[in-house]
Amino acid sequence: MKRLSTVKEESSSPFIKSQQEKVLLRIVVCGSVDDGKSTMIGRLLFDSKQIFDDQLEALERDSVRHGTQGESIDFALLTDGLIAEREQGITIDVAYRFFATEKRTFIVADVPGHEQYTRNMVTGASTADLAVIIIDARKGVLTQTRRHSLLVDLLGIKRVVVAINKIDLVNYQHDVFESITSEYLKYASDLHFDEIHFVPICALTGENLIFPSANMDWYRGPSLIEIAENIPTQSNDQDLPFRMSVQAVNRPNSDFRGYMGLVSSGKIAIGDAIQILPSERESRVKGFSDFDGPRTSAVAGESVCLLLEDEVDVSRGDLLSSVSNSASLTDQFEAHLVWFGESPMIPHRSYVLKIGSREVSAQINRLKYRLDVDSNKHLEATSLQMNDIGIVNISTTSVIAFDAYDVNRDNGAFILIDRATNLTVGAGMIRHGLRRYENVRWQSLAIGREQRASLTDQKSFVLWLTGLSGSGKSTIANQIEQIFHQNGLLTYVLDGDNIRQGLNADLGFSESDRAENIRRTAEVSKLFVDAGVITLVSFISPFADERKLARDIVGTGDFFEVFVDAPLDVVEARDVKGLYAKARAGLIPNFTGIDSPYEVPTHPDLRVDTSGASIEECVKMVLRSLHDKGLIESRMYK
Amino acid sequence: MTPDVRSRDAVSVNFDQVVKFWGEGAVISYLAELEAQSIHILREAVAQAENPVMLYSIGKDSTVMLHLARKAFFPAPLPFPLLHVDTTWKFKEMIAFRDKVADEADIRLIVHTNPECVSQSINPFDHGSSLHTDMWKTQGLKQALDAGEFDLAFGGARRDEEKSRAKERVFSFRTMKHVWDPKNQRPELWNLYNARHARGESIRVFPLSNWTELDVWQYIMIEDIPVVPLYFARQRPVIERHGMTIMVDDERLKLLPGEVIEEKMVRFRTLGCYPLTGAVESEATDLAAIIEEMFVSRSSERQGRLIDHDQAGSMEKKKSEGYF
Repeated sequence: MKRLSTVKEESSSPFIKSQQEKVLLRIVVCGSVDDGKSTMIGRLLFDSKQIFDDQLEALERDSVRHGTQGESIDFALLTDGLIAEREQGITIDVAYRFFATEKRTFIVADVPGHEQYTRNMVTGASTADLAVIIIDARKGVLTQTRRHSLLVDLLGIKRVVVAINKIDLVNYQHDVFESITSEYLKYASDLHFDEIHFVPICALTGENLIFPSANMDWYRGPSLIEIAENIPTQSNDQDLPFRMSVQAVNRPNSDFRGYMGLVSSGKIAIGDAIQILPSERESRVKGFSDFDGPRTSAVAGESVCLLLEDEVDVSRGDLLSSVSNSASLTDQFEAHLVWFGESPMIPHRSYVLKIGSREVSAQINRLKYRLDVDSNKHLEATSLQMNDIGIVNISTTSVIAFDAYDVNRDNGAFILIDRATNLTVGAGMIRHGLRRYENVRWQSLAIGREQRASLTDQKSFVLWLTGLSGSGKSTIANQIEQIFHQNGLLTYVLDGDNIRQGLNADLGFSESDRAENIRRTAEVSKLFVDAGVITLVSFISPFADERKLARDIVGTGDFFEVFVDAPLDVVEARDVKGLYAKARAGLIPNFTGIDSPYEVPTHPDLRVDTSGASIEECVKMVLRSLHDKGLIESRMYK
Repeated sequence: MTPDVRSRDAVSVNFDQVVKFWGEGAVISYLAELEAQSIHILREAVAQAENPVMLYSIGKDSTVMLHLARKAFFPAPLPFPLLHVDTTWKFKEMIAFRDKVADEADIRLIVHTNPECVSQSINPFDHGSSLHTDMWKTQGLKQALDAGEFDLAFGGARRDEEKSRAKERVFSFRTMKHVWDPKNQRPELWNLYNARHARGESIRVFPLSNWTELDVWQYIMIEDIPVVPLYFARQRPVIERHGMTIMVDDERLKLLPGEVIEEKMVRFRTLGCYPLTGAVESEATDLAAIIEEMFVSRSSERQGRLIDHDQAGSMEKKKSEGYF
């Protein structure tokens, strides 16, 4: 039987044995612009012989053309790979580099020092075991140094090497090294590092990177690489309780159910009791299914396919957890949130939250404060811009299983995804749950939607009309409701103006309030549909994100979106309610079409143009396509 | 103590008695960790995709990727087909190897050849490596991905191969037109991969992102995975052209004045279209020798690829146009 995963048996080949014993360490290297990050990494690769002759030739060519070192080799060009970076002489994206020593293999993330690229810094730090923070000996601790240190701390890296670079340019002076060391230690006393090492280096010549320097008698400590070779790896912690997020169920046939996932912490063996979260059901490990033959156990860092003794309901997104030391359940928690999105974070907007393999809808209920990374102070804030970090309260529509990030990194980390653009707009680290989830299960009632529908003999659905104020949404909704009513169908119209006078009277017109306005309306529509009522929603609903959210809440099969289109000049000329005139006069702020955007639906179920067709024609078009979709009978429009 | 990083040159490799297996318990070695991470990536991608496909180029990286996929979904069969974009200029031994793989029970193989290239007889001799590669591979790949309506494609690229690859995400977003925008990549943190995309857009996934060439060979050896014999040194008929050693794989390669076919002991570190792929002189006839050779090698594997050297930043340009 062969198994790659663990090292125990003696191999007779010293080479293979040394390879088998090698452990991977991930390092993130960060520093300010011009501190020499890329040069340092280039030098490490060069000195560890990872640079091949043809790459060196290309490098020499490039050095003359783009380099900053005259005729000498510019090692930074080894890692500054993208065309734009070479032209601007800066590193704009995380680069991953690989090298090995006799003891270890290393993955190095070279991250940019530019402020606007903080997201890349966070990306590089998220998987690192060790952070190397570079300081220019001539400049000392800078704002960027503090920013990067705080991010490294926030991302939970416990071990740090402060590399004081360009020590040759201060004549290898010991007191410069000492004063930077004490300044940094003073700053870092507020952070949570377990170990901080200080090394004086010269990246250009490689002094104290791998080999000791002859120019610094006063430094007797290890070289940077020696430190990295001896630092414990942080990931794959086997001493923590067992956790595994289920990626998918393996079901080649009806007799086999295996649960696939990466053991993120702890150990697991046949016979161990496990808990399935969030359902809190329990079972035991029956065995493993493994390509390499039978196995009886697995440890953190291994990908497995696990079999359980009982036929329990487990699906993608569930967390398998040890029973004695189980993960927490909640639908509200406090977290650090780093914002990446180009558009600012909007409280109450619905985002997709991904934790482990679980994706749920989430909204930021409250921004408690913004963290100033330069001073480590808390600042009042109403929104987060790109690269801002905040402390937020987040609520999710379904329950999640988690551990606090500083206890279990993989099980406390999440990302936020924008629903409309699918971009990753935020990354977060859970601090603690805000309330213990009590497993409030959806009450299943004896009478369901089908039973109600059988009484009325109609199919319930949501007809969602979106468009500018004055485009004709309410008029169309009103006429359609009359037709349905005459045909004996149960209906209800949720009108934007009416809802805002009651249910949503507490909401204004900020983006965040608009988001909440739509969420509540969609939830109410969903209840109406469940009650068997055809629900017509006539709302401006200007943002694609919220319309998508409404569709997700109601369920796409019950949701029919009509874009009631009319050019702004037409609706403004109509101005039935006199609102455009007021908005133009500055009397109504955040008015859609005037000083607040309307995001035109790209894929509505139907678009009707009320400037080109009469209301009656538009109504017919709506009815016809409802019929085409099987939602109403043909007699409605004949 | 001076850590001796350089001493890897001096490591004496004795593979005579390689013991291939490793008990349970203790530490996870770095190869095991790379394997587990890749399996996680493969599973995460398939779980989020509607219609995935695996780009299969027949080379060692594709071979390792396919092996990892079999492990990832065991005991179920592979949940996606393989796609080979055939340029008709591949080595004969590559095609023979591909066809053997295709005969295996769990494999569904799609082979696509760009019909425009066929009708215009696009070839590397008359049209140059740039146009040849763009038309056969880049355009051919886009056609095949569009035709299959694949929304996620696995590729065997590694970050250590080339500078612009070093900055690519594991899950790399492509627009409707298959374009990669290096300045607008999604942040990728922890093990959390965002594969969400709108209809028509797609994601390319690189499970071997964090592997090096050496890792791949060691893994092939330890796992005992068959690879195309072209990787092993043998007497082969070659000519010298543009400073590269080119194998005369068929009669389509016409000799230029002064060129002579010689039998040389050569092997290939990377495989592609035979007129564009340089051989290296080598005595390495088995895996152990290949790995040993790597420890003393002084050139990177991509040196044998004509297409990388066309122009500065050439790989980044190709990739943003849709090349894998």
